[in-house]
Amino acid sequence: MDRDLIMIALFAALIAALGLIPSVTLISGVPISAQSLGVMLSGVILGARRGAMAAGLVVLMVALGLPLLAGGRGGIGVFAGPTVGFLLGWIAAAWAAGFVMERTRRLPVFAAGALAAFLGGVVVLYIPGIIGMAVVLDKSLAVATGYALPFIPGDILKAVVAGALATALHKARAGALMSRA
Amino acid sequence: MLSLTSEIPTPFHRVPAGAKLALLAAASVAIFAIPSPALMALPVILAALLYLACGLRFARQGLRALRPLWPFLLLLTVWHGFTQDWGNGMLLGGRLLSTVALANLVTMTTRLEAMIAVMARLLAPLRVFGVKPGRIAFAIGLVLRLTPTLLDRGRQLGLAWRARARRRRPGWQIVLPLCLTALDDADHIADAVKARGGIPD
Repeated sequence: MDRDLIMIALFAALIAALGLIPSVTLISGVPISAQSLGVMLSGVILGARRGAMAAGLVVLMVALGLPLLAGGRGGIGVFAGPTVGFLLGWIAAAWAAGFVMERTRRLPVFAAGALAAFLGGVVVLYIPGIIGMAVVLDKSLAVATGYALPFIPGDILKAVVAGALATALHKARAGALMSRA
Repeated sequence: MLSLTSEIPTPFHRVPAGAKLALLAAASVAIFAIPSPALMALPVILAALLYLACGLRFARQGLRALRPLWPFLLLLTVWHGFTQDWGNGMLLGGRLLSTVALANLVTMTTRLEAMIAVMARLLAPLRVFGVKPGRIAFAIGLVLRLTPTLLDRGRQLGLAWRARARRRRPGWQIVLPLCLTALDDADHIADAVKARGGIPD
């Protein structure tokens, strides 16, 4: 159990670190942080429950006033802003990614990981994200979806990267994939 | 790891964290209930005055914390300019600015320890459901310790990449070694924790 908690804290730190390393850009010029890649990885590597706890730990620490979000943002203000749905959605996204990963044991790691990261980190994440934007900016869901659309290709790319990383991690450290243990 | 608490002393630093959070919640609910654009000027001016009361330097810090909002304010301006619906645009922009500014003010004037104490008090009743505040506190400490470590290692991996690769900017390639070293860290930490008698509840 102690090891579980350590892994949860470690992936929470990884999510934070990926948001703060400015040099990690997937498409140069477009301000896409690798932070959601960290959320996808938490679910894919740790599994549903632990992955959601890692994402939840980051959300909790942001609320406590720590600058853990991309570009050093954080604090309670984030929860009043238009991106609140994406932040809270991380918990559901990591959980969903882990859930899919746990239930696709028959698929190869890459396919299962990319699929899990896509379903969790894109499909599940954008639902609360778009609802949050629609509420805070008082626009219809369709308009809010339009605002979020430019970020989807980057996130699909990140899901593929998450699958590749899961494969490589699985090869390099046997037993690293706690979602399949 | 630095927190977002401002090092500039203000009168608000002395107000108990729980009281500030309760006031913030009440203010946010009230702001969402404001129906007219003219009235929305009230919370915006109030927020500006609260910041200015703490001095110009503090107010500038506060302004910097609001910077991530500008794309959304631009979006509102374009949308409501296009639909000639300026009143609603002002209402929404003012609501966004004032709620975020007031929330930032609480974060900027409350020390991390005070926030953690409030969290522990709020979580205490959840003990019945198996929530263990001691373990959450331990995890928070661990994240605070590990984030700068991982960040530093990420930067070093980036430098190593630049030294060898033709492309100047490292991409997702450095995430794998970063994850691997993180997994190795987990083993070391698990050993260290075990040697010290485990994580307290």
